[in-house]
Amino acid sequence: MIIKNKTVVADDWSVLRLAESDTADGVVVPAGRILVPLKVWLAQRDSLQHRADVGVWFASDERAEDLQAEVQKFSVVAVDFPKFADGRGYSIAYHLRSRLGYKGELRAIGDVLRDQIFYMQRVGFDAFVPRADKDINEVLKGLSDFSLTYQASSDEAQPLFRRVTR
Amino acid sequence: MYRYDSFDHQITAERVAQFRDQVRRRLAGELSEDEFRILRLQNGLYMQIHAYMMRIAVPYGLVSAAQMRMFAHIARKYDRGYGHFTTRQNIQFNWLKLQDAPDILAELASVEMHANQTSGNCIRNITSDEFAGVARDEIVDPRPYAEILRQWSTFHPEFAYLPRKFKFAITGASEDRAAIAVHDIGLAVVKNAQGEVGFRVLVGGGLGRTPVIGVEICDFVPWQHIITYAESIVRVYNEYGRRDNIYKARIKILVKALGIEEFKRQVEADWQHTKNGPCTITQSELDRVAAYFTAPAYEVCANEDESLQAMLDDNRGFANWYQRSVKHHKVAGYASVVLSLKKTGIAPGDATDKQMDAAAELAERFSFGELRITHMQNLVLADVKQSDLFSLWEAAKALGMATPNIGLITDMICCPGGDFCTLANARSIPLAKAIAECFEDIDFQHDIGELEMNISGCINACGHHHVGHIGILGVDKDGEEWYQVQIGGAQGNDANLGKVIGKSFSFEQMPEVIARLLQVYVRERYDDERFIDTVRRLGVEPFKAEVYGTLVESDEALKAPDYELLKVGVSYDMPYYSPRF
Repeated sequence: MIIKNKTVVADDWSVLRLAESDTADGVVVPAGRILVPLKVWLAQRDSLQHRADVGVWFASDERAEDLQAEVQKFSVVAVDFPKFADGRGYSIAYHLRSRLGYKGELRAIGDVLRDQIFYMQRVGFDAFVPRADKDINEVLKGLSDFSLTYQASSDEAQPLFRRVTR
Repeated sequence: MYRYDSFDHQITAERVAQFRDQVRRRLAGELSEDEFRILRLQNGLYMQIHAYMMRIAVPYGLVSAAQMRMFAHIARKYDRGYGHFTTRQNIQFNWLKLQDAPDILAELASVEMHANQTSGNCIRNITSDEFAGVARDEIVDPRPYAEILRQWSTFHPEFAYLPRKFKFAITGASEDRAAIAVHDIGLAVVKNAQGEVGFRVLVGGGLGRTPVIGVEICDFVPWQHIITYAESIVRVYNEYGRRDNIYKARIKILVKALGIEEFKRQVEADWQHTKNGPCTITQSELDRVAAYFTAPAYEVCANEDESLQAMLDDNRGFANWYQRSVKHHKVAGYASVVLSLKKTGIAPGDATDKQMDAAAELAERFSFGELRITHMQNLVLADVKQSDLFSLWEAAKALGMATPNIGLITDMICCPGGDFCTLANARSIPLAKAIAECFEDIDFQHDIGELEMNISGCINACGHHHVGHIGILGVDKDGEEWYQVQIGGAQGNDANLGKVIGKSFSFEQMPEVIARLLQVYVRERYDDERFIDTVRRLGVEPFKAEVYGTLVESDEALKAPDYELLKVGVSYDMPYYSPRF
């Protein structure tokens, strides 16, 4: 189960994570809906690009720009949070949405918890795979912590001072 | 001052509700301490040696009488009757219980205050000039911009999990009283040749383990673009700042590694996407916010009335205080007054609930109901009629807030140190007390003149020791506390970092070490030369020779119980973790 468009839904995408012995160009990408590391995509693009059931995930030290316009062909792109305190994923998401204009599903994976997903939603994530030990219905509540925000971000192009008359 | 509208109230209330639920889940065991720590820090809540400490934000140091009374109330109801004003113009309470924290935040919200982002790896409270709006050398009042930036940075979704903390300071005067060169971003409001307002932007300054003076990234960012420009700086930092080593994670390390030219290139490349976009500040938003910072209803009166001069001539105590505590005001007949929180024997920056209540009353009586908190850990009444100064002095004296030591040796900056803080290597407060007692004589202090002494209990430099004319740093040698001394540091327009004079000293040696530094100064100074200028002229050597020339005796009296580590019971009701007990 994952959180998508503010509800808990079934999901059959799996995530390919490289083992230490795997290499980006050598690893076998199984059949079925699968999110592959960016570097696997870049290394195996020729063989993967005809598969509609392949998505890409970014590690937190990778750059949205590495996909450029190609990002549009994916229906699902994910960003990994190795630790919830690693905030690089927020800027990756912001770039994917605001700079590259990515419109498909943007999924947060990894150390995804209730108390961070409000901000994640703001920078452009619309799907969340909570950490396995957490109750997904509890995590979902995090999306409604605030009903009002000061700044613009991916979810809201206008800052508060342009949105309302104060 | 700025007042919350319904939007500010709503966002603040939703934050309180969010944290209340987080505390509930922590107490219920649903959140681990690792998960909770970052959440509580972003609500200003630390777990210190004895208890939880809350750091409440005082945006750009400005506080109303009602807000000051709320501090007094919190001190009484939830703490042990006092609070501690900090170098970032905030206030901390040291003896709190975790389960009280949500109620404290709710009480703060009722007077338009919060503890948002006063800790954690996010954009912290923005500090400014304590004389903003009243200083004679002011070019533009920085407070509207500080408030606009406060709102922009509050719960910024992209920048809540930066590599490390991130501090802004902003000044609008020609003399920098906000220490902008030692902040992650320092902003100086300037006017260009056409008279347009903008910002000179410094980046990558900071103290801590690797002290760095900030460098200029842009000499003029028009005010409309300051949000987008700052956002690009923070974004590049979020993406590329180091996360592998906490001691190398501040933006200053990134700026040094890339070089300012390359850093600037990356920032401006990012900025091209947002410049002139929706986050550009509108004239109407600036006008809306600036309307909260218009001048109060000053009376028309002349400068320096005769009765004031007569009282100065008659009363030496008043004259001493006037000389140190009273500052020029841009309006004729008015002055700004610094209330000293540096009475000898009191922890620098501490105030009791009674003092806070009384300070609120003084503000209402003498200064349009507002106060400021200074980064030197004192209070300011910014708008006092000169004809009221004598009455104010008498009232402040009765409250223990009229020590005539502003800018003198006993007006020390001092962190909480080993008595409270889990990070400290050594005690700061007892050392400040020992030194203050040694040099308490006010004539001696006035003779020594301007001298900034800054004490930090550890390398994190909350006491700003690098920029003290005399800086003292607590260090740990084999589990014992020692103190390293540096001289020649300075804040302000000619900010620079001090130089360490040599091997460190024991607690009991420190007053004698300071005395020897002062002896060199008194011997070598030219007529009106300040201590810092003598150090700059002569360099460290003569001071070093005097201090290390003969053995520095320990003052055995300093082993008395008065100076011992604060030995009081732990007040954790939830003793999850405490490194010292």
